[in-house]
Formats: sequence, structure tokens, C-alpha cells
Amino acid sequence: MHYVIVGNSIASVGCIESIRKIDQTGTISVIGDEVHPCYSRPLISYLLENKTTEEKMTYRNDAFYEQNNVKLMLGKRVQAINTETKQLSIDDGSLVDYDKLLIATGSCPFIPPMKNLESVKNRFTFMTLDDAKNLEKVLTKESRVLIIGAGLIGLKCAEGIRDRVKTITVVDLASRVLVSILDEAGSSLVEKKLISEGITCILGDSVKEFVNSDALLTSGRVVGFDVLVLAVGVRPNVSLVKEAGGEVNRAILIDETCQTSLADVYAAGDCCESIDCITNERKVLAILPNAYMQGETAGRNMAGEDAFFDKAMAMNAIGFFGLHVITAGIYQGSDKLFTTESGYKRLFVQDGKLVGYILIGDTINRAGIYTSLVRNKTDLATIDFDLISEEPLLMAFAKKERAHKLGDAQ
Amino acid sequence: MGINYLYPDFEVHRDREKCITCRVCERQCANEVHSYDAESNRMVSDDTKCVNCHRCVSLCPTHALKIVKTNHGFKDNANWKGDVIQDIYRQADSGGVLLASMGTPKDYPVYWDKMLINASQVTNPSIDPLREPMETKTFLGQKSSKIRRDENGKLITKTDPQLALNIPIMFSAMSYGSISYNAHKSLALAAQKLGIFYNTGEGGLHEDFYQYGKNTIVQVASGRFGVHPEYLNAGAAIEIKMGQGAKPGIGGHLPGSKIGEDISKTRMIPEHADAISPAPHHDIYSIEDLRQLVYTLKEATAYTKPIIVKVAAVHNISAIASGIARSGADIIAIDGFRGGTGAAPARTRDNVGIPIELALASVDTRLRQEGIRNNVSLVVGGSIRSSADVIKAIALGADAIYIATSALLALGCHLCRTCQSGKCNWGIATQRPELVKRLNPEVGSERLVNLITAWNHEIKEMMGGMGINSIEALRGNRLMLRGIGLNETELQILGIAHAGQ
Amino acid sequence: MKRVYVNEQWCLGCHLCEYYCAYANSGQESMVKALKDRTINPRIKVEEKNGISFAVNCRHCNEPLCVKSCIAGALSQVDGLIVVDASKCVGCYSCIMACPYGALMPNEEGVMQKCELCTTNTHGKPACVQGCPNKAIVFEER
Repeated sequence: MHYVIVGNSIASVGCIESIRKIDQTGTISVIGDEVHPCYSRPLISYLLENKTTEEKMTYRNDAFYEQNNVKLMLGKRVQAINTETKQLSIDDGSLVDYDKLLIATGSCPFIPPMKNLESVKNRFTFMTLDDAKNLEKVLTKESRVLIIGAGLIGLKCAEGIRDRVKTITVVDLASRVLVSILDEAGSSLVEKKLISEGITCILGDSVKEFVNSDALLTSGRVVGFDVLVLAVGVRPNVSLVKEAGGEVNRAILIDETCQTSLADVYAAGDCCESIDCITNERKVLAILPNAYMQGETAGRNMAGEDAFFDKAMAMNAIGFFGLHVITAGIYQGSDKLFTTESGYKRLFVQDGKLVGYILIGDTINRAGIYTSLVRNKTDLATIDFDLISEEPLLMAFAKKERAHKLGDAQ
Repeated sequence: MGINYLYPDFEVHRDREKCITCRVCERQCANEVHSYDAESNRMVSDDTKCVNCHRCVSLCPTHALKIVKTNHGFKDNANWKGDVIQDIYRQADSGGVLLASMGTPKDYPVYWDKMLINASQVTNPSIDPLREPMETKTFLGQKSSKIRRDENGKLITKTDPQLALNIPIMFSAMSYGSISYNAHKSLALAAQKLGIFYNTGEGGLHEDFYQYGKNTIVQVASGRFGVHPEYLNAGAAIEIKMGQGAKPGIGGHLPGSKIGEDISKTRMIPEHADAISPAPHHDIYSIEDLRQLVYTLKEATAYTKPIIVKVAAVHNISAIASGIARSGADIIAIDGFRGGTGAAPARTRDNVGIPIELALASVDTRLRQEGIRNNVSLVVGGSIRSSADVIKAIALGADAIYIATSALLALGCHLCRTCQSGKCNWGIATQRPELVKRLNPEVGSERLVNLITAWNHEIKEMMGGMGINSIEALRGNRLMLRGIGLNETELQILGIAHAGQ
Repeated sequence: MKRVYVNEQWCLGCHLCEYYCAYANSGQESMVKALKDRTINPRIKVEEKNGISFAVNCRHCNEPLCVKSCIAGALSQVDGLIVVDASKCVGCYSCIMACPYGALMPNEEGVMQKCELCTTNTHGKPACVQGCPNKAIVFEER
């Protein structure tokens, strides 16, 4: 059995680990276009912040590939999948046979058209380790950095480089920061924090044109800068599957076994659209835990088990300058709001179930108890919801359920 | 508050250097002695509430606590001692009977400590219990002294019902009510594991404990609480309680506050009604009346269970025992004046009754003299504190012994003697759920099993030393005992020679 | 694998498990030195309300959501035991988001810490179990 994994990030590791739990002898090959062993992309901002090092960023220990008997083909790109012959064409001209294939190609930065963008010399995206290293090279204490995009990537970048540069300005078309994961009050809290940390946020605005070292904004404002970071968004890398005839929407379509519409071809991670377990809608849920669990599920199926991943949902844990934010699920239905000294909590209830939450600041402790209510679609009538709304406690569950959680559950 | 005549008996000493302010003392004290002062980030204590039960001391992880008897006192007076004066203050204050619990703390002679055990030297060999069999199994019940044959001349082998004990030690009567559910369960589990018996006391048998029936003695007392046919048949034996060593001659009183749903059901009385045990059984005024009850119970259980009659050790105990031995009872249990209680008037506890050592010796002697010793087995209790006490009791003539205070100590009791408050911090003498749960029967029963197992080892060791390899051969073997520091009368009653003789 | 299990029936809410945990993981020889005048940050926490109490620590799940959610690869499963490499943790709190028991909590510096069954300190055996006065916490195979 030859398992081939295209892409060498989190989904890939999940896949390797689950295959090896079942099949210790089959060959596993990993083809990745980056030259690094698997590292965690969300850590690149922490690298620039000196909160981690390149060595510590590796997602698994150094011996991981050897211990799992994985053949690594790094710095290579797959150009096409031939599902007839079950072969991959590699950019070095070679062909690789596969029995089971995982596409875990992730996503790439999306860059909207901006006038004179190509004239900007110090322009970077912020997704990969190499992006971070390239950016690092040009940063000086005098740098004025302009970040386009006030989403997770742009703001983490801002946090990561804050102490290395003179000024940071974040520009986003949206009227508030982190619009994809926060409500207005949440955005406002985070924005206040960013401002207090010396970051300039220009919202509801966009770059019309770059002129020399200035960005001219639609509003007429002019932002001078030395370094430009583009963090507007990402696009799933779908071309391999699309060109092989697989079904693709915004991203690669997979079922609950993580298989694509192509036989023996699976996909996992940021390149996929999975079914949101709360809404039952297809969505790109490009977050790390989903990537791992999809890769893991794909691996188990590739190795012959029947595995399902039907718990995909949006969730994010992120922090900016010590202000922590944890969110999950969807923000629909009726809500319960609790404001505290340094943050707030908002719980969303629909059809007697918790479907989402936003926790900021001192409300984040034990958030996973809320996540489990969302994930398990717990009927709120079976627990003490008033109590658990105040504070996530196992006490809120019925005695039998508590006994299960503390005694039998593993 | 007026004048406070009573200075606190105990002082809580906290080593500030060691206290880590974990507040376990505060959380574990039902008397609310300890509290946390947030302003100073320090624990503080109110000595007036302390009963010296050591719960806080035992749980303090850094040994920062100790409880010390106050050295504050009255002017020295051999007659008017401090506690005597304080009792007068208390009664002048309350106008009531002084209540107390557990056995008397008074300094009466302890005869166990005035008897020494023999050992073999040269002329008769001692026995190593690790190499040779050593029998501690005992049967309690009437022993027929005659060989009987049926009309065909065949031997009748059927004996009267017997209690078989692997070790000659039983847990004596403590009612569900006076002690907690978990204390009862601990005793039941341990009795089952050890192959011995525990005793329900007069509070009936909780439905959960019928499963331990084979190791249970069910009691019938003057209040007849919880007595019904299934109850009588549930146990291995039935004990008629005529008296109790801690309070001979008086009845009992479990306050209504302790009669919750469970206890009410078990005792078959209304919730929150006081449970009064009358001083006498109102249907027993003579040995003949007692005989009626003995046979009533035998009839109710189809003569399958031995009947125990329990009496307190009082002045005429040998004559009383003689009567009981003729009443049809199978076993006589005698409770000495040092026996414990959940609550008793202090004056009764401290002044009524006689020591079990003397009562046992005189009863055994009397029954032998009258040729009726085999009619009954003798079980004695009332402060048996060690395996040495067990050996001495058996050598004086007991078939087995009852322990209760020792068992409670194994469960964590620290003899603070405030059972009557119902706030036992060790989860034993309380019905408050948050306190009851402090005694996990798994832990409690293990400690009881450990205690009895340890005693059994020691009993075998000392029996071997005497060259005796079975309990049967030790029973009534007073030659194995010598008195020390006893006068002629005491020696004569105990039926033993003085050391050196 | 032997795990720590909790039975609320016997939990007294004495919180000693928390203190024994903090001590065991302090690296100090003396409990007094380790804990005196400090706010403790144990890896086991007692929940209590209306007379009910119980301790919560890591269940060492067979399918650990925390490990699968860790963005830094700092959490891993070693022979069934879930351990954290504090030097890799960046404090993103994804594990807090993921753990259905609320069993992970950050230390004073915001770095994640968790119950590792006292295998990674000098104590050797779970200190909470040894310190529990009523066998409400046990360490056994189930």
C-alpha cells in the first residue's frame, strides 16, 4: 500500500499519525513545496515576537518522519493527478504512483488588485515561515509598516512585529477588526486594545493607489510606509483536484469520510469545504483543529477503517497583547450577555441548544466546556443552563453525566 | 453575655511560620472554630468552640496546628478540682442534667493493666504461630453437656444454634442514629470480611444492610425500634438489650432533630419525633418475663438463631447472669461501666456500674459453681483496648469480646466526647450529610479489618508464648494470669494469684 | 492505563488535592516554602456548590481534543499520557477552547500547564490521590 500525501502541514501530520496507528508497514510519501519539516503556520507571528524559535516551531519532534517511516519529498510541487493511472506528475519530471492519496494543499494568500502594487519594493504576504523570515530581514526600528487586512493574520502580524518597528498601521475595508469571528462589541474591545498598544487602525477604508512610499486611501487619507504586509485573505488551493475532474466549489468538496468525488483521493485542511456540524452547511472551516481531525479521519479511511468526521465547526482561540479571545460556532438565535471587568461573554442559543459563543478577556477559562455543549448539541434543558452561563462548570450537568465525565470517560 | 464563668478548655495553636492558609481547617470544622481573615491573609480561631477532635490537626498538610489543653486553671484544690467547679457553673447556668458521651474518663482502676500474662519457659514449649496452626475460631451458643440419643439409639448431632467467629472479637451495638450510615456500613463490611459480627444496636436495620445479615446481630431493646419479623430473621443472632454499661438503669433518648427520613423509616417512628427508649422493658419484670421474650424471639425465628441477653455490669451481676443462663438465652453479653455511649447523663456514666474485669470473673465463677456455665456463652465489652485486653478477658472466662470504642477509634474518632452535639467532624456520630460523607466505608472498613487482623496476630503470638494453640484452651484459664498491685479481695474476685506466686 | 478518577460521593470539598498538586509541581522540598503566602495555581481544581463538590483534572482522553487542537505541537500523547512541552507553548489557549472538561489552565506566566499524573515531577505518584483524605480521588486502571 502506498499512501501519498500532498502538502506537509497539520492535516498531513494528522493523516500520518492515524495511518500508522493502523498500518505500520505501508509506504507513506509526503510531497511538499516548502523545504521545512512540518511547522505550525500560526506560529510565525510568535517567531517574530521571539516567543518561539524556528526549532520549537516544528509541529512534531525531529524524529517524527523517521519514527513513522515517512518518505519526505520536500521542495517539490505536484503538477497533476492522473486518476486513471493513479499517478502524480511532479515538477521535477518524475511520476509518483499512489494507492491512496491525500490532498492537503492548504491555501494561499489572496491579493486584491491595487493600483501600483507591483511598484512597492518591500511587500510581503504573511502565511509561511519563509514569508516571516523575508519580512524580518527588512524590519528596522525605523520601519513604518502598513498592514492591509485586520483579520486574524494581519493582526497577529501586527502583534508579532510591534516591538521591532516604529509604527504599524492596519487598514481594512470592513468597518471593524476581526469581522469574521467577532461581534461589534468584541471588535471594539480588540480595537481598543490594539490602539492602546500603539497600533493605528484605519477601518472602512482601502488602498486606492500606491505612490512612492505612500498609500493613498479611498477616503483621501495618505499613509506613509516602508514595509507593506498583505493579509486580506486566503484562497484554497484547489487546482489539482479541480483539474483532475473532482468536485470543487469555493474549495474541494469532501464528504464525512474526507473523501473527494474522486476515487481513492481524499482531502483535508484549509483546501476543503466541510459540513459545519451546527448549520449543516458546506463551509471552508480553515482552522487548525479541523485540519488535524480531517487529516486524521482521511488517514483512517485510507488505511481501511471506517471513520467519520462530523464535528467540524468554526472555533478560534487567539490573543492580542494579552487580551484573549475564544469563539466557537455561529452567532445566531437569542443571546445571553455577561460583561466583566476585563472582558465579556456572549452565548448564542437556538432551538434549545448552545450554537455559539464569544469569550473575551477574563471569561475564557474552561471555555472547552461551552465548546463541548456546541459540539455535542447538548439539550440545554438537561443541564443547569443558568449556572453554566455564569461559569463553565461540570457541576451544571446532571449527577449521572458528571459521574460519567469524572469516572468513566476517557 | 453577662458573666462568662467558663474559660475555653482548649487553645488552638497555629504555627504562623507553617500555615499556608489553605483553609482546610476552616472547611473541615463543623464547630466553626477556624476562619480566614482576608485583610491580614491569616487564619484565625475561636478557642471557645473547639472540642479537641483533631480533625483540623489531622488534615493540616503542614502540621501547623495543635490543640493544647489550657493551662488556665483554678487555685489548686485536691477536692474541688477544676472540672468539678466547672460542672457546677454549667448546671447553675442551665438548670439541667449534664450530658456526656463515650466512656467515662474518670480515673478508676483499670484491672486489665493490673494483670500480667504468662509465658512458657523450659518445661513446657512455646509455639511459633508462624510455623504451627493456631486456632482462634470460636462458637458462641449453648453447649450441651450431655450426649443425647434418639429412640433408635442413634446420636443426636444437631446442636443448638451457634455463632461461628473466625476471631473472638465482635463489634458491639451502636444504633443507626447514634452513628452514621457510613459508620454502620464500615462495620458491616468489616464484619463480613473478617468473618465476625457487628450489631445493629436498637435503631433497626437499614434496608441497604440486609445484605450483610450473615454477619449481623440484630438488637431488640426497650423501645423496640424497627423490630419486625424480617428484621429478626435478617441477622445471625438476636440480642435483647436489657442494659448498657455507660448508663445502667436508664433508657435512651435520640432527639427528634436526628430522626430524618431514613432513620424514621428504619426505626419505624415518625420523622422528627424524639425516639425514647424506656429505662426498663415494660414487659420484663422477672427472669420468667425475660424467658418469655427469649422464647418469643426463638419462635419468631424458628429456633435457628442464638439469643443474646445484654446487661450492664452492676453490683449483683453474678446473680443476674445466673438467672439469664436459666432463661433459655444462648449468650450473655455483659457491658462494663467504661463502655461508650452516644449520649448519657454524665453522673450516671461516671458513677454507676462496675468494671467489666470484676463482673466477668465473678459471673464465670458463679456459673461454673452452679454447673450452668455451658448453658451460655459469655461475651464481654466495655473498654477492651488491645489484644492484650482480649487475652486477659478470655483467660478470665469470656468466650468472646465486644469492641465499640476501639472500632470507632479505628474509624477516626478522637474521643472528644461530644457525640451528643451531632456535629462529629469524623462523620461517625452525626447525621448531617456533609459530615457523614467524610467517612468513606471503603476506607473505614479497611481500617477496621486492619485493626482486627493486627490484634489477631498479636493474640496468636501471645497464645503461642503461653504454649496454647487454641482459644478454647485459653478460655477461663486463669492460671495464665497474675495480678500486680492488687489486694486480697480483688485477687479473690478475679480468681487469680498475685505475680510472684 | 492508570488514570485519576473522581467520585463526588466522597469529595469533602477540602481542597487539599489542589494544595498537594501545587506543592508536588513546585519543585520545592518543603510544602511551606512552596506555598506559603502564594496564590496557588494547581492542575486540579475543585468545583463546589450546594454541598456537592468534586475535583477536576485532565482525563487523559484516548482521543485528546486538546492535542489535536494545539497549534504549537506543544501537547502530545505519550503512552496514553497527555503531556505539555511548556517551552513550545505560545499561550494561544486553543487547548482551553477544546477541552470538554475544562481541565487545562495556564500558569502564572500564561503558559499552559496540566496534570501529567505527577510523572514529570519528583513526586512520582499523583499527589492529589495521596493527599485526598477520603479516597474521593483514586488512581487506577478502569
